[in-house]
Amino acid sequence: MIVADRKPLAEILKNIEPYKKVLILGCGECVTVCMTGGDKEARETALALSIARKKANNPVEVKSHTVERQCEPEYLESARHLVEEADVVVSLACGVGIQNMNQYYADKRTLPGVNTTFMGMPVEQGVWTENCLGCGNCVLDETMGICPIARCSKSMLNGPCGGSQNGKCEVSKDTECAWHLIVERMMKFNKLEALQEVKEPKDWSTSHHGGPRKMIREDVRL
Amino acid sequence: MTKSNLQKVLESGAFAVTGELGPPKSGQRDVIEQHASHLKGYVDSVNITDCQTAIVRTSSIATGRILLDMGIEPNIQMTVRDRNRIAIQADVLGAAALGIKNILCLQGDHATLGNEPKAKNVNDLDSMNLISALKKMRDEQEFIGGDKMDAPIDIYIGAVANPFADPFEYRPYRLAKKIAAGADFIQTQVIFDMERFERYMERVRELGLHKKVHIIAGITPLKSVGAARYMQNNVAGMLVPDHIIDRMRKAKDKKAEGVNIAVEMIEHLKTIEGVAGVHIMAVAWEEIVPEIVTRAGLYPRPKFD
Ligand code: SF4
Repeated sequence: MIVADRKPLAEILKNIEPYKKVLILGCGECVTVCMTGGDKEARETALALSIARKKANNPVEVKSHTVERQCEPEYLESARHLVEEADVVVSLACGVGIQNMNQYYADKRTLPGVNTTFMGMPVEQGVWTENCLGCGNCVLDETMGICPIARCSKSMLNGPCGGSQNGKCEVSKDTECAWHLIVERMMKFNKLEALQEVKEPKDWSTSHHGGPRKMIREDVRL
Repeated sequence: MTKSNLQKVLESGAFAVTGELGPPKSGQRDVIEQHASHLKGYVDSVNITDCQTAIVRTSSIATGRILLDMGIEPNIQMTVRDRNRIAIQADVLGAAALGIKNILCLQGDHATLGNEPKAKNVNDLDSMNLISALKKMRDEQEFIGGDKMDAPIDIYIGAVANPFADPFEYRPYRLAKKIAAGADFIQTQVIFDMERFERYMERVRELGLHKKVHIIAGITPLKSVGAARYMQNNVAGMLVPDHIIDRMRKAKDKKAEGVNIAVEMIEHLKTIEGVAGVHIMAVAWEEIVPEIVTRAGLYPRPKFD
């Protein structure tokens, strides 16, 4: 899923300062699951903003609403009435949803209410980790299902580096060394010899480094 | 191909001695010259760090040229942290044009550990890819992407090994991989835990790796108990055993004890089969190197025409 973190209230308040009617728009997908931008969080954010503005003697009318999926245009129509009556929208969806809103309702500004952080998964209640960078050239078959591009701090293809200690990455004692995990799993499956192959430099052109990407599927185009 | 002095020493079978210099956080040539002058004649080649621990400093290649002007052979460290393959290959050519012959390939400490923690970590290549790339440039006159170079370059390819990093059992295999990628010589992380290093070397010999590459063992003279503790806690992949810290704590003259430990370690390293030399890292304490080298019986250094 896409994981996001709500922006600090102060930042949202600063962004909506000139406006009198604000719509907080949640999304029913990833941000609901990661408990950042679903219907519950949209309501909470709306309430917190209106209280803060009241205290600052600058009252605001804040409504909240949640669409099923902000990242696809067909799901946005249901919010038309609320969007039109608001001066500004604050979206709690990921960056894709926020851009979709700005494009679909081009005459209205939609501001980000979250920082979109990564593609990842929950590992325990309240903890999510990054798992995929969408590099466009998956190597999970070669690395025992553990991604060195997203989970090694240096995206090494021939790890681990010299900073790996006690299974932890040099960057932080809270971060697992992906290459330690890969080597352990290789040993478990008796595949250590596969690690002895020197991997060629990665082709980054399939990732964002090749420019913004677009997928065209002729077989499903209308 | 003209060989570097380091290559000549290692190929002659003499026990090599290399030094290390950390360029300043300034553009002062005289500061570089002053630090480097202590090493002249006492080491076969001087490593020049490449923004070590991700701290911005004078570039290693520029510093290397200053050392050449002083008659000291540099060994340029090159990390993959800050440059992509275009910049790295351009710098390799530039280094060669300036007369630099030894290049040590490193991954580089993560930028979050340094003084520009908001920097983008490049890591287009990894350290293994860098070794292969240098080999390809030297032996096949070809860039990574396959384009041909106009003329060959002379480089002696170094790589690093950390026998103290985890997973311990995998480390000798990783060394084998660096040799397969094209490393001519290896410099190790600073050794304090001799017992663990001995075990590492045992495995290295079992795999026959010491016959395929020259392994130069890293040491550093301690100046204080605090320095030992700092390294244990803050240097990525470094182990300082308690008995060393105890010895430093009990010593009246801490610096003298640090030097004693260093000399004893070199004596010990000389007896380990497969260790081809010692790399003395006395950054910001270069003036102590002549004493260590002399007391370890490694002075004078071999000379070649
Ligand atoms: S310690 Fe492990 S995860 Fe961290 S940079 Fe090194 S190899 Fe990658």
